[in-house]
Amino acid sequence: MSAAAEREIILKLEDISKVYSGTVAVKRANFEVRKGAVNVLVGENGAGKSTLMKIIAGVERPTAGRILLEGEEVSFSSSADAVNRGIGMVFQELNLFGNMSVAENIFATREITNRFGKIDRKEQENRAAEFLERLQAGIRPDMLVEDLRIGQQQLVEIAKAVSLDARILIMDEPTSALSAAEVEILFKVIADLKARGVAIVYISHRLEELIRIGDYITVLRDGRITGQEEMKNVDTQWIVRQMIGSDAKDFAKADGHLPGEEIFRAEEICLPRATGGLAVDHVSLSLRAGEILGIYGLMGAGRSELFDCIMGRHGHSTGAIFIGGIKVTERDTTRRIRRGLALIPEDRQREGLVSILSVASNLTLASLSRFARLFHIRGADERQAVTRMVRELAIKVADPAQEVSSLSGGNQQKVVIGKALLTEPKVLLMDEPSRGIDVGAKADVFRTMRKLSRDGLGILFATSDLDEVMALSDRIAVMSNGKLTGMFDRAEATEAILVAASALGHGPAPHGEHRP
Amino acid sequence: MTDVPAKAATPSASSGSVLLTLMKLRTFIALIAVLIFFSIAAPNFLSTANLILMSKHVALNAFLAMGMTFVIITGGIDLSVGSIVGLCGMVAGYLVLNGIDLQIGYTIYFNVFEIALITLAVGILIGAVNGLLITRLNVAPFIATLGVLYVARGLALLSSDGRTFPNLVGKPELGTTGFGFLGAGRLLGLPVAIWILIVVALGAAYLAKYTPLGRHIFAVGGNERASRISGVRVNMVKMFVYMFSGFCAAIVGLIISSELMASHPATGESFELNAIAAAVLGGTSMSGGRGTIGGTIVGAFVIGILSDGLVMMGVSSFWQMVIKGLVIIVAVVVDQAQRRLQSRVTLMQMAKAG
Repeated sequence: MSAAAEREIILKLEDISKVYSGTVAVKRANFEVRKGAVNVLVGENGAGKSTLMKIIAGVERPTAGRILLEGEEVSFSSSADAVNRGIGMVFQELNLFGNMSVAENIFATREITNRFGKIDRKEQENRAAEFLERLQAGIRPDMLVEDLRIGQQQLVEIAKAVSLDARILIMDEPTSALSAAEVEILFKVIADLKARGVAIVYISHRLEELIRIGDYITVLRDGRITGQEEMKNVDTQWIVRQMIGSDAKDFAKADGHLPGEEIFRAEEICLPRATGGLAVDHVSLSLRAGEILGIYGLMGAGRSELFDCIMGRHGHSTGAIFIGGIKVTERDTTRRIRRGLALIPEDRQREGLVSILSVASNLTLASLSRFARLFHIRGADERQAVTRMVRELAIKVADPAQEVSSLSGGNQQKVVIGKALLTEPKVLLMDEPSRGIDVGAKADVFRTMRKLSRDGLGILFATSDLDEVMALSDRIAVMSNGKLTGMFDRAEATEAILVAASALGHGPAPHGEHRP
Repeated sequence: MTDVPAKAATPSASSGSVLLTLMKLRTFIALIAVLIFFSIAAPNFLSTANLILMSKHVALNAFLAMGMTFVIITGGIDLSVGSIVGLCGMVAGYLVLNGIDLQIGYTIYFNVFEIALITLAVGILIGAVNGLLITRLNVAPFIATLGVLYVARGLALLSSDGRTFPNLVGKPELGTTGFGFLGAGRLLGLPVAIWILIVVALGAAYLAKYTPLGRHIFAVGGNERASRISGVRVNMVKMFVYMFSGFCAAIVGLIISSELMASHPATGESFELNAIAAAVLGGTSMSGGRGTIGGTIVGAFVIGILSDGLVMMGVSSFWQMVIKGLVIIVAVVVDQAQRRLQSRVTLMQMAKAG
């Protein structure tokens, strides 16, 4: 795989832009995909990588710009269109039918039939077995997808894409749920595809992985392409520089206030996983009033699950939590909120907002009893609280009676934060609070976090963004594979230490221990 | 008729907004249209006697439809209301005639007020069974209430071996007289049933708009997971809506028995379908989260007036069914069109705002 010099360009994007209601996801991007090579695409959360790939795969249509496939302008009206042109994609979020067998999933919409139109199950399973064989995953083609581990499901997704015999294969974070051994197998498969002249577009957050298998690298930041190079000419520092840019992010500065007494403590929190093992593995931590404790970890490290346990969303979790030194005996979310806990969930659409209700109704949803005398909601009090939150959090909304779904992502996030704050929490749990929101809103959110900590709230916030955790936290906890693998003061934490701690127990390191 | 509190179409005079306003008022427009049509086409339609008679018919469906509206807003469905009507009628009839035999040679008879309370309690209890099946045992609402539909109807038939409890006048010496008041009595010139409807409807509308529970009902239907994380007691909210639906059905059972002075075990068959139709016609979304009590009442009136008016015009009952079906379908089609238009207008406003 030497002579990576000038491989033929098979696909070219020219000045591609994509605008969603409210946000610009991709701005005038130019991107080239070369044959027989691994074309790496890298960028932070929300930089527009997935959108760009969905445009190539025909899932989304660009708002402006041209797509050239082998020099010829094309436009895909659906993903089936793109598949017909030889473009396959492994999606980040799994697009599998849990209620069907592995073979049925691999051949979904291209079922092999006999003369009478009856599906030839035997043939499908035999062919599926060949692809699965190459992935050495020990998956039988007649197994139901929902019975597989997430990692195995990801392999099925990969087998499905490989089975398309695509000329261009897009892989969006294909290793996010794979064990070290499975990653090795995937890399062998990729090398094999490369040798056969397939163009691979590879997206990942894991820099070491990219450097190992990439031939060309393209960096995206805030929807723009900021760098395009041959991999052999670049190093980690170059990538990070392109990703973050010279204009450092607007993290609100620490104001030097000192944290107070311990306000929250978690002891030995455990959460069993449905497939065996522990999703949260004996985690204990303590938080002081006015302190921001960042929890860093990769996807699947158990950060969100830890928060779920603290909020009492899993009846079968074990361990104890204390607020202000008093043990919290309530086990349900409603009463834990009353005790002073509040969660800003990671998935705004599914868990944060009731999208068909108004901004005002969403803001006061968690705190209605505070505005009610007996059973009557006092409209004036409610309106006053809504106005106060809109002002304090700088929510851009003409009229709070507007449906919350009409706001931009950043403003929606502020509504979720406002909803939590109206319950007057003592401890705020924020799960990826800056995910999928624009730069300005991010700065607002960070500023709000600073202000709240100054007011004496304890903040636990989980993120997979190194800069964020380094810039905002007073202390940093690192989670990996459900365990707490490190706890550092900001002064002693370095990126290298955090990354090392986050890779303990899993990750793609070739000599890393195998995940249970 | 969406519940988004007065998401007023901005006064920009674009044709989109005007059309949108018209579409939002569609049930009301339909009501006025059927009123005007029948007052011309059917003689005596506007006479006071006829209007009162019609509103009594409508009231029965309106009670069930209100209960159904809350259930549908939470994203569920209650198929059992018709059977609850039948069973509650039988309970009331049985109590008037037989009282409760304590098996020790002594029988308790209740007065009419107590009978009404017991009957309402039975309706609420069956609603609670629905709620428990759905929240504790995770049975899908469609299936749970379908099961209860059969069980309750079966119990109603068993209670009398399929016979009617006739002649519920009661005996003065037992203090069980006066059962006819609910169905035939009048206050200030209006039937008692209408007064009850007004009270329950105002109560339900108040609940929907001004109480935390009401807000929670909409939140649960809009996004159950988000509601749970926000501390809404989702199971309690669901229990309430099914119990309220059972309560409404019990009222209907009482009124019908009282009107006829007899309880028949087959009373209320297929009432649940009319209730669903009224709710949907009034703008309640089957996918949950949207709906209003006012809209549902108007929907019940449209359906009721339509069928009574067609009867007065002498249209065959077969054609009546066809027309009723078409009206429901048109209502939902317009509803969908309104949603699309609404989101387009919103997007345009956002684009204009930058």
